[in-house]
Amino acid sequence: MSTSREITYAEAVRDGLGEILASDASTFLIGEDIGRAGGVFNLFTGLQEEFGPDRVMDSPISEAGIAGLGVGAAMAGMRPIVDIMFGDFITLAMDQIVNQAAKMYYMTGGQVSVPLLIHTTLGAGRSSAAQHSQSLHAWLCHIPGVKVVLPSTPYDAKGLLKTAVKDANPVIFYDDKMMYGMKGAVPNDDYSIPFGVADIKRAGTDVTVVATSSMVQVALKAADTLAKEGISVEVVDPRTLKPLDLDTIIASVKKTSRAVVIDEGYFSYGVTGEIASQISDLAFDYLDAPVKRIGAEDVPVPLAPVLEFSTIPDEKRLVETVKGLFGRRY
Amino acid sequence: MLDRSQLTEMYYRMKLIRRFEEEAEEQYKRGNLPGFIHFYIGQEASAVGICSALRKDDYITSTHRGHGHLIAKGGRVDLLMAELAGRVTGYCRGKGGTMHAADVSLGILGANGIVGGGHGIATGAGLAAKKRGSGQVAVCFFGDGAANEGSLAEAMNMASIWKIPVIYVCEVNGFGEYSRTEEVSAPAPFTARGEAFAIPSTEVDGNDVQAVYKVASEAVRRARAGEGPSFIQSNTYRLRGHHVGDVGELRKYRKNSEIEERWKGEPIGRFRQNLIEQYGWNDAEVDAIDQRVEDEIAAAVKFALESPLPDAKEAWDHVYA
Repeated sequence: MSTSREITYAEAVRDGLGEILASDASTFLIGEDIGRAGGVFNLFTGLQEEFGPDRVMDSPISEAGIAGLGVGAAMAGMRPIVDIMFGDFITLAMDQIVNQAAKMYYMTGGQVSVPLLIHTTLGAGRSSAAQHSQSLHAWLCHIPGVKVVLPSTPYDAKGLLKTAVKDANPVIFYDDKMMYGMKGAVPNDDYSIPFGVADIKRAGTDVTVVATSSMVQVALKAADTLAKEGISVEVVDPRTLKPLDLDTIIASVKKTSRAVVIDEGYFSYGVTGEIASQISDLAFDYLDAPVKRIGAEDVPVPLAPVLEFSTIPDEKRLVETVKGLFGRRY
Repeated sequence: MLDRSQLTEMYYRMKLIRRFEEEAEEQYKRGNLPGFIHFYIGQEASAVGICSALRKDDYITSTHRGHGHLIAKGGRVDLLMAELAGRVTGYCRGKGGTMHAADVSLGILGANGIVGGGHGIATGAGLAAKKRGSGQVAVCFFGDGAANEGSLAEAMNMASIWKIPVIYVCEVNGFGEYSRTEEVSAPAPFTARGEAFAIPSTEVDGNDVQAVYKVASEAVRRARAGEGPSFIQSNTYRLRGHHVGDVGELRKYRKNSEIEERWKGEPIGRFRQNLIEQYGWNDAEVDAIDQRVEDEIAAAVKFALESPLPDAKEAWDHVYA
């Protein structure tokens, strides 16, 4: 009898949500068309049938409204899970997240915290164009008081979800919408993954690639390609950006002496800038090359696939960037 | 008709708010309170009328002009004054101040520095109460200025479709900062906004504490009975400026003579008259409450000014729970 099974990322998240709803009566899900329709990505299929419309609520199109509702319900002792269909729409909920949820525990001097879980998506590649394809998680990382989670596998997704829902603070949980069909082994028994613990997805010796979300798969493919040319890549997946496991990242760079940070947010003023500068600061004496960064191009995401895919970080760009760290050897 | 203990409590709470605000103004002028304060002077009957109809475990959300709501809900003037003075003994350990003061043990989910910040929070607290079947209700206090934030429409729409036990109290005090209500709000009663979402809506003289109490009681009854939200437009008047530095005619939006004229309808004097004429009290009985308030406010100021400041390292506490 197997102790784990191969399921998709979407199935892992759905199973996790089902287990959460079944075990904690203070939790409920709310979002646009997540109930009867099961969500536009079929992520929530079957949950409303199983738990009823009181636990899995279909909301009006009111991102600010449901985020605010989530803050209030959380302050009043519940554990709401608010789904924002496309991460681009988080703009509508920013006051509730940034000025209310993130700060309530602090402003009240510790009287009440906001255990609000916001589940949303990021990632381009579906010809959805500029307003449905962004990865804006850097904005939330910037705000003290929130936690930011970016799983890269079905196993990580379910384990991090279990931790997220138990956290007393606002947590923003990002699925890359391109990964919902990705398969991976998920344990049958209950398990959780702590925040602030990076995962070395591939051990290596010559260069550290810090990768987030679907960029982890890009990094692993690039690592295979680079291995054929004699470059051994270590892929470090932070899994949570807030809190960030800098210890694991820095230890890796001290070992390899070269680093590339790859994330699907826009290149400028994002996650890669933060992590690269931390590496430059804390591993300075160990570096044999500048720390390089790869992000989405600083342009709105275009529609036509030939244009869209030229703006998203890919394996080819990562391979070229890594080779560039080794001078004229490659 | 209200009984003696209810009447006493109402007058006491209104006077407590008034004297707190006046004393906070004095302490600000002496340089003892960092930041700026927004006074509730002239609006006391609105907060007290509503909160008199609530239980201790009912929720309220408040505004940047929140001292009145907090005191009306049973909050402590000593802890509030200490919070305004940025002392570690304050409600929020000196971390929140006037615009974020809260007493969660009394269901006071905070004053709020974002205009309209309470719309979603109160509605969510009401939703939680409904899911728990606890019978609690949530009151969302906001001003006519906040009525123009889109968050209100989203909140009321959801409250309506899900029959959330939340009461939207729109305190129309004539101004949104330095703008007059009629300059920035469409020419329809604010009750029309509640009605637009099929929410039973009433307009009341917000300076008549008994009238406010009456409409609040009915709204609370409806909410506890599972009949859903209500909208109350509470008409009052802001007798001070927007904030403590907004004095005289500096900002050009109203004349001092208007303020003098409006003092005639202020709610505490009106209620004293009610107590005497309607309930047969005499001046000495009302004066006795005034004295009790005086003593309590003096003690609150003494407590605040003698309290220690927070340790600098507390700036890093309570970022995460």
